[in-house]
Amino acid sequence: MATALAKTADAPAGTSVEYAARIEHVSKSFAGPAGQQLVLDDITLDVAPGEFVTLLGASGCGKSTLLNLVAGLDKPSAGGISTDGRPALMFQEHALFPWLTAGKNIELALRLRGVPKAERRGKAEELLELVRLKGAYGKRVHELSGGMRQRVALARALAQDSQLLLMDEPFAALDAITRDVLHDELTRIWRETNVSVLFVTHNVREAVRLAERVVLLSSRPGRIAREWTVDIPQPRRIEDSAVAELSVEITEQLRGEIRRHGQH
Amino acid sequence: MASTETSAVKDGDVTGEGVKDGGGDLAGLEAGLDALDTVQTKRTPFRRTFVEKIFPPMVAVALVLVVWQVLVWAKVTDSYKLPAPSAVWDEVQTAWLEGTLLEYIWTSVSRGLLGFLMALAIGTPLGLLVARVKFVRAAIGPILSGLQSLPSVAWVPPAVLWLGLNDSMMYAVILLGAVPSIANGLVSGVDQVPPLFLRAGRTMGATGLRGTWHIVVPAALPGYLAGLKQGWAFSWRSLMAAEIIASSPDLGVGLGQLLENGRTANSMPMVFLAILLILIVGIAIDLLIFSPLERYVLRSRGLLVKS
Repeated sequence: MATALAKTADAPAGTSVEYAARIEHVSKSFAGPAGQQLVLDDITLDVAPGEFVTLLGASGCGKSTLLNLVAGLDKPSAGGISTDGRPALMFQEHALFPWLTAGKNIELALRLRGVPKAERRGKAEELLELVRLKGAYGKRVHELSGGMRQRVALARALAQDSQLLLMDEPFAALDAITRDVLHDELTRIWRETNVSVLFVTHNVREAVRLAERVVLLSSRPGRIAREWTVDIPQPRRIEDSAVAELSVEITEQLRGEIRRHGQH
Repeated sequence: MASTETSAVKDGDVTGEGVKDGGGDLAGLEAGLDALDTVQTKRTPFRRTFVEKIFPPMVAVALVLVVWQVLVWAKVTDSYKLPAPSAVWDEVQTAWLEGTLLEYIWTSVSRGLLGFLMALAIGTPLGLLVARVKFVRAAIGPILSGLQSLPSVAWVPPAVLWLGLNDSMMYAVILLGAVPSIANGLVSGVDQVPPLFLRAGRTMGATGLRGTWHIVVPAALPGYLAGLKQGWAFSWRSLMAAEIIASSPDLGVGLGQLLENGRTANSMPMVFLAILLILIVGIAIDLLIFSPLERYVLRSRGLLVKS
């Protein structure tokens, strides 16, 4: 981990950086119909190496905006973000390239990372095996089910071999049974690969089911409202009573945040 | 111990550091889901393709021939204005026996395809430039799409004056007709690339030229192919216009000249033969080259919806 961190360009020299992502006093505003609209207000958040953090919030809390900033797809209006290398990003839509097979999608990520041609095929097969899609190498994207597509997308994200995996509601479009299975999968893969995960969702139970730490964002502008450390042992089930209990507490708080917007 | 049930429970106890859901269990569940969700795709059998796709146009062609023959029998007009199908067929046979039929076709097709390839070589980089460079788009984008609505026959007189009555004049007319189509097809293909693909590419490190090569070009391929198809149609039409207007003995007889020769010789069967060949060649090139290419690309992306 130390050597991996040493190559970080953004890390201040000489200091030891013990984070996969460091978000410091980040604000973001967009030009809206009523002038500058503040979307994110003074967000400060660290993701430790190997940590699983979920960002939870209602619509308009700017959680996807924050993820885009961490991914480097956009620049913050104020504050700074440093990450350990280029993070991998997974979207709600699988974003797999339909002109490539499942295996070639993964190989493209490997190729762009500079993996030599001879090693790509083997690595892609390995990653497909990791997401339990051993026979899917030659399958076209449209031949795969929604759950399989997201697993290939996860394998492609892992192919980038980054220390940080950003996930933007990756399971929101899946049916409940498939989502449940993918939660188990993600937990297993996260523990096997030791990657850090910053996972955005509006689903409280999903947040509690997956995370070591749940960060609640308020809406318009997005501010960090509260944080919970989840010490229920993994692997959890979404129907566990401990998960339900904490979910109730977080939901209460989330509803309070939402209610404030109706009052003025 | 012998029963699978107990060994599965045992397995779960051993592997899991507190694993409630044995690894094998999850894998099995997942395999089941995958099997349930997987869409089965199979190719349609030839019989169905024949009944649905090949048979109807054959009926239509047969019907046209019947109506044509009936009109001839009914003597609706003089026979030099409307020759019988058999007279046109005799013309085909004569040209075939004299060995000139394939020569006519080859003269035009080789010109058309060579001109199209040149248009491809110019239109593709031009289209990419217009699509990707803002200044170039603002400067020549509107002109390029405007040029598409200019009938390419308008280019024949200036081309003759600039280049004289020779092959390069033909190619110039083809290029002026086909390059805008090909470039515009590529531009609209690039414009329709889902932004999600570009974002996904960027997070994977595909920016700049690598992004263009790995993401933009393959994503724009369906639009590009549609442009090529149209580009071929424009090439062929431009060439015919050029051949009809600018005939000269040194140019060799292509299908356009054949048509013009028929007119000067007052031979309606020859005129019909020429029109028929022009039509058949245009359709054949589309059916043999562009349609299969387009179908292959669309099918491999799951974009070809079977009706």
